[in-house]
Amino acid sequence: MSHNKVPPRAGISRRSFLGSTGAVGAVLGAGTQHASAQQSDTGVAPNSQPKIELTINGKRRTLTVEPRTTLVEALRDNLGLTGTKIGCNQGQCGACTILLNGNRVNSCLILALSVNGAKITTVEGLANPDGSLHPMQTAFAEHDAFQCGYCTPGQILSAIACIDEGHAGSADEIREYMSGNLCRCGAYPNIVAAVEAVRDGKEG
Amino acid sequence: MRNFTYHSPRTLADALDAARESGGDILAGGTTVVDLMKIGVREPAALVDITGLTDLEGHEIGPNSIRFGALARMSVVANDQELVAAAPVLTESLWKAASPQLRNVARLGGNILQRTRCPYFRDTAYAQCNKREPGSGCAALDGGETSHHAVLGGSSSCVAKYPGDWAQALIAFDAEVHTQGPGGRRTILFADLHLMPGDTPEVETILQQGEIVIEITVPVVPALKASHYLKARDRESYAFASASAAVGIELDGDTVRDVRIALGGVATTPWRASAAEDSLKGSPLTEATAREAGRIAFAEAQELEGSAYKIKLGADVVAGALMTAKSRANGGK
Repeated sequence: MSHNKVPPRAGISRRSFLGSTGAVGAVLGAGTQHASAQQSDTGVAPNSQPKIELTINGKRRTLTVEPRTTLVEALRDNLGLTGTKIGCNQGQCGACTILLNGNRVNSCLILALSVNGAKITTVEGLANPDGSLHPMQTAFAEHDAFQCGYCTPGQILSAIACIDEGHAGSADEIREYMSGNLCRCGAYPNIVAAVEAVRDGKEG
Repeated sequence: MRNFTYHSPRTLADALDAARESGGDILAGGTTVVDLMKIGVREPAALVDITGLTDLEGHEIGPNSIRFGALARMSVVANDQELVAAAPVLTESLWKAASPQLRNVARLGGNILQRTRCPYFRDTAYAQCNKREPGSGCAALDGGETSHHAVLGGSSSCVAKYPGDWAQALIAFDAEVHTQGPGGRRTILFADLHLMPGDTPEVETILQQGEIVIEITVPVVPALKASHYLKARDRESYAFASASAAVGIELDGDTVRDVRIALGGVATTPWRASAAEDSLKGSPLTEATAREAGRIAFAEAQELEGSAYKIKLGADVVAGALMTAKSRANGGK
C-alpha cells in the first residue's frame, strides 16, 4: 500500500461511496493506528492511518487519514461533506475553497495531517439551524451568480472572506480579490453584484 | 499521490534531524510541494512539515533591516500597511502573485524556492525534461511551445523560467537568506541562492538536502521607499508574469543616485539588470533614459520562437516601472 500510486478510493463508485462514508478505513485494510499526528520522532508511516480531530462547522469530528490525504479528500470522502468541490485539484481554480481557522484556502493543496485541530467552515455550515440561508447564499441566488453551480460553494466561501478581509471596497477590488475562483460559465458580473449587495447590507 | 512518511517536528533541531535521517523534502505551506507530489513530479519518501516551528513566523521593520521569518505568510506581509509605506516593492510583488487563497497558505521561505511552471516540467507525459529527468532532453527547445519560457539565463539544456515575483524585489535590494542545515547556520546573498541551468538544470539552488531557510533580511536603503513592482501578464490577475520589473530609485535633485532593477517572468533565475542600473546612475531619469535602460536590460536576451515578445514587453515594463518609482521619489503615489 505504501507505494501504491492508485488512490485509495479507486474502484469504489461515487454513489456507493457516498452511501457509506466511513468505509475508507475498512477498504484500505491497514490497521488503524492511534498515533498522534503531531508528536512523533519517527514520523507517521506511509501505510498508517492516524486519527486527527477537526472542528467542522462547529462540530468536533474525529477521522482517520493517510499522510497523503488532502483536506478536501478528508471532507468529501471521509466525512461525506461533498458541498466542497474538486475542480482542477491543483490549486488553480478555487472550487475547493473553504475557511481554515477563518482564512480562505484551497483545500486541495493542504494535507489533512498538517491541520490537525483546526476549525473549518464549509458551505454546509453557512445556513442557520432553521435552514435560512447565509446572506451571501441569498445574494448569489437573487443575483443569478451562477449557471452550472459547480464553482459556487468555493465562490461563496471566498466572497464571505473577501468582505471580511476588507477587500470588497470597489468592483475592481472585488474582481482582484475574487480572482482565485474561476467560473467557466462566466457568471463574474453577477458574482461581483452579489458581493456588493452583501457588502452594502442589502441581503439577509 | 505516492504515500510518504510524515514528520511534524516542534523544534528546529528535530526538523533538521528528521530531514537528515529521512532524506525527505521540507514542507511549509505546501502550495508547491503538495502540488508537485499530486502531479507526480516529486515523489519524496518523507515530508518534514515545519509549520509547527512558530518561531519562524512574523516579520519586523527595523531601522537598518527588514526581517522576514521563513514561515511568514504572503497575505499577512502583503497587507502590512507599514511595509506598504516603507517598501512598496516588497508588498506589491506579494499581492500581485497567486490568489488570496494561496497567499493565505504560502510562506515566504517556500515562495522563494517555488519551482518553474514550465508545462514540460509539470507534465510527466512528456519524456523530455532535463530538469525533471536529467539527460532526457528539453521538449521546449525541441519544437515545443515557448511563449512562457526564459529569454535570459537559458542554456541548451533548459529554458524554464523562474516563476516568482517576490524574488525580484529581494534580488534588486540585496537581500540575504539565512539558513540552518547539516553544516550549521549560514547567510547567503539572495543573488547567490539560485543557479543558472547550465548543464545541470535539476540543481536550482545552492541549498543542501535538509537545509532549512530560517529568515530573509533586506537592508533598508532610501530607494526602497520609492520602489514599485510592475507585472504584465496574460490576464489582469492571478497569472504568472509574462514580464515584470522590481525597481527602486533614489534621486539627488534630478540625478539618479541609486537605482535598482530586477526582471521577472523572463529569466531562468531571479534576475538583476545591473547594466541597466549602471546606465542610469549619475544621469537624469527621463522617459528616454528609462526606455534606454529597458533596452539595455534585454540587450543579451535570446529569444525563442514563442518568447520573442518578452523582449519588447519587458523593456516597456522596466521603463514604466521606473517612471512610477520616479513619481514616488517625488512624493507621488
